[in-house]
Amino acid sequence: MKRTGAQILWEGLLREGVEVVFGYPGGAILPAYDALLDFPIRHVLVRHEQGACHMADGYARASGRVGVVIATSGPGATNLVTGLANAMMDSVPLVAITGQVGSRLLGSDAFQEVDVTGVTLPVTKHNYLVTRAADLAPVLREAFAVARSGRPGPVLVDLTKDAQQAEAEVDWDAAPPPTRHLRHGPPPFADGDLRKALDLIGAAERPLILAGHGIELSGAGRAVLAFAEGTGTPFATTLLGIGAVPARHPLNLGMMGMHGEAWVNQAIQEADLLLAFGMRFDDRVTGNLATYARNARKLHVDIDAAELGKNVSVDLGLQGDLRAFLEAIQPRLETRDHGPWLQRIHELKGDAAVRDIQSLPDDGHLYAAHVLHDLWTITGGEATVVTDVGQHQMWEAQYYRHDRSRSLITSGGLGTMGFALPAALGAKVATPDSEVWVVAGDGGFQMTSCELMTLVQEGLKVNIAVINNGYLGMVRQWQEFFYERRYSATPLLSPDFVKLAEAYGLKALRASTRNEARDAIRAAREHPGPCLIDFRVEQEDSVFPMVPAGAALDAMIRRPFPPTIAASVLAETGADSSST
Amino acid sequence: MPHILVATLDDEPGVLNRVVSLIRRRAFNIQALTVGPAEAPGTSRMTLVVESDEGGAKRVAAHLEKLLNVLKVELLTEKPSVVRYLALLRISAPVAIRSQVLLVGSAFRAQVVDVADDSVVLECSGSAEKLAALAEALRPYGLLELSRTGALAMARGAAPALVPKGRAEETYPPLAMSV
Repeated sequence: MKRTGAQILWEGLLREGVEVVFGYPGGAILPAYDALLDFPIRHVLVRHEQGACHMADGYARASGRVGVVIATSGPGATNLVTGLANAMMDSVPLVAITGQVGSRLLGSDAFQEVDVTGVTLPVTKHNYLVTRAADLAPVLREAFAVARSGRPGPVLVDLTKDAQQAEAEVDWDAAPPPTRHLRHGPPPFADGDLRKALDLIGAAERPLILAGHGIELSGAGRAVLAFAEGTGTPFATTLLGIGAVPARHPLNLGMMGMHGEAWVNQAIQEADLLLAFGMRFDDRVTGNLATYARNARKLHVDIDAAELGKNVSVDLGLQGDLRAFLEAIQPRLETRDHGPWLQRIHELKGDAAVRDIQSLPDDGHLYAAHVLHDLWTITGGEATVVTDVGQHQMWEAQYYRHDRSRSLITSGGLGTMGFALPAALGAKVATPDSEVWVVAGDGGFQMTSCELMTLVQEGLKVNIAVINNGYLGMVRQWQEFFYERRYSATPLLSPDFVKLAEAYGLKALRASTRNEARDAIRAAREHPGPCLIDFRVEQEDSVFPMVPAGAALDAMIRRPFPPTIAASVLAETGADSSST
Repeated sequence: MPHILVATLDDEPGVLNRVVSLIRRRAFNIQALTVGPAEAPGTSRMTLVVESDEGGAKRVAAHLEKLLNVLKVELLTEKPSVVRYLALLRISAPVAIRSQVLLVGSAFRAQVVDVADDSVVLECSGSAEKLAALAEALRPYGLLELSRTGALAMARGAAPALVPKGRAEETYPPLAMSV
C-alpha cells in the first residue's frame, strides 16, 4: 500500500513502540505534523526545542525506552544540538526527527536551511539525510536499532519536505531487519580473559568496584550486588551510577570523585584492585591521572571498546555487556570476606560524620544540604529527582540517597544547565505514577523556565525545588577557592520565582528557614498540581569535600571542622581539627 | 610514530566526512589518506596514516569501528604489509638536459608519462622515502609540480576473510567465496 513519507514516519514510530514525542512544528516539518493528527501518538508541545530534546532524554532515562524529539529545519534543528550532545555524553537512546527544506533546495541557503547532518555529526551516534519517501522506513528501523544497541545514544533523521509529501510503497514485514549496527557487536568473552579476570579478583586483598552508568544500561544491578556480596567487595558509584545500586546497601560507600566523600576517594587510592564496571574514568572521577590509584591493578568492563585504556591504562580491559560478564564469572567466583579491608575503609571515615553538615544543630540559616536531606526524608527516598547542574546537583548526589533504579536523572558528562525542568517533564510523562521533583539552581532554572508552561499545558504534577542562593554557585565557589574571591559575573538577579510560577499557573511557596522548608515540601506533595518552592538558602555556601581540578584524588578540600563542637570531639577522638 | 590503518567502508555519500571528522575531534593527526573502491561492490577502502603512539592507534581503530558505516578496521603496523605511494612529478627538461632527467628517473624506476617541449612528467611508486629521494634528486633540474597520493597498504600473506570482529568465521564465508 502506498503511503506518504509523513505517514511512513508515524507508522514507523508506532511500530517501534513510540507512544509520545516531544516537539515543535515549523515550515519544513508541516507535512509530518499534518499526518500526526491521524495517528495515536501523544505530542507534547514544548516552548523551545532544547526543552524537547531534554524531555525526550528524561523520558528515556526514566523508562529505559527510546525518547523521540521532533523539530523543524534550520533553527528548530540547531536548537536540538545541546540536547543531543547531552544525550551523547550520557549514553541516552534518542531519535530526533528534523524537517529539512525540499531536496531540490538543498545546498542553496534556502529559508531555514541548515546542514543539520553536518552540524550534529559529532553529537550523534549516527545521522541520516532522507530525501526519498522510499528510503524512510528502513532508515527509521535502523535509527532505533542504533540508538538502543551497544552503548546507547542519540540518532538524528533529517527528512526533506518533499520526502514527507511523496508517496512510496512500504511493506514493513517483508523488509529484512537492520543488521549494520551488529557489525561490531561485542565479541563473546574469551575463556582466557575470564580466567585472567578471576585471577585478578582472586589475588586481591583490597578490591573496590567502581559502579557506573553502564550497570543501569546493562540491567546489571542485581548481578553487581551478587558479585559484591559473594566476594565481599565494597563499591563506590559515579554520579550516573547513583541508583543503579542501592544507596542503603552496606557495601555501598557512596559517590566517588571531585565531590565524593573523602574516605571513598582515599579507599580508591589504597585499593589493590579496581573493578571498573560500566564507567569511563572521567576526569571528574579520577583527579590527576598520574597519581590515580597507583596501588591498584585495574579490570575494566565496558560495552564500548574505545573506552578501554582511554584515560587510565588497565591491566585487563574487556569489551562486552557487563551483566553477561558478571553472569559468566559468577559460578566460578570464590567466596571471600575482605574484613580487614572493610575495617580499613571504616577507619578512613575518621571524623567525616562529625564534619557533615547534617550533624550540625540548626543555626537559623537555611542550607541547601539541609533542604536536600529533608526532601529525601519527607519523600521517603522514593521520588525521582531530576537535577540541574551545579552545587545543588552535588548536594543532591550527596544527601538524597537513591535506592531505586533510574530515580536520579542528571546531566553528568556534558553538565548542561537548564536540563532539569524539561527532563523532569519527560520523566513524568514516562512514569506518571512516580513522584517527580526538579532540583535546580536559580541560574540553570532560568535557562529553560519557559517549560513551566508546557508542564501546565500537559497537566503534569511535577514539583520544583529552586535552590536559590543568588549566585551561579559552583562557579562562585571556584572563584572563592581558586580566584581570590573575585566574583566575576556570578552574582545574579532572579525574578520573584513565586510570582513567576503563579503567573504560569503553578502553586508556589517560599522557604527561608528549615521549618519553612519542611512545611513547604509537605505542602507541595499534598497539592494536586505542580508546585514550585523558592528555597532561599545560604548564599556563599560551598560543596565539600572537593578535589580541586587536576589535583590528586586524595588531596581533598575537606569540610570545615565545625568550631562549635570541635573541642568536645577533639577531646574524644584526638582528631586534628586543623587539617582541611 | 606513524600507524597505518585500513578501513573498509560502506560506499555512501558522507562516509569520508564521518571518518575524517571523528579523527579530528578525537585530536589525532592524519598524515595521509587514500580512498577508493574495495573488492566488494558497494564498499570502499580507506588507508589512513595516523601519527600516534600504539595505544592511540588502537583507540583510533576502536573509535572507527563504532561508526555504522565501517565494516572492518585493520591496524597494519602490527603485521607485515606492503605500503606504496604514487607520485607524479613535472620536471623542467629542455632538450639539453632531458637525457639527464630521464636517467635520474630511471634510476628510481620512474616511468615517463608525458613529454612536452621543455618538460616531462614522471610517474613513480614506492615508499614515501623513495619518492622523497626522487623529488630531491630531480629538484636541481627544476621540480615544477609534485603530486603524491597517500598510502595504499595491504597485509602480506593469506587474504583475510571479511569477518566482522567477534563473529564465528563459519557463519560468514570468506570473501573469496562470496564474490
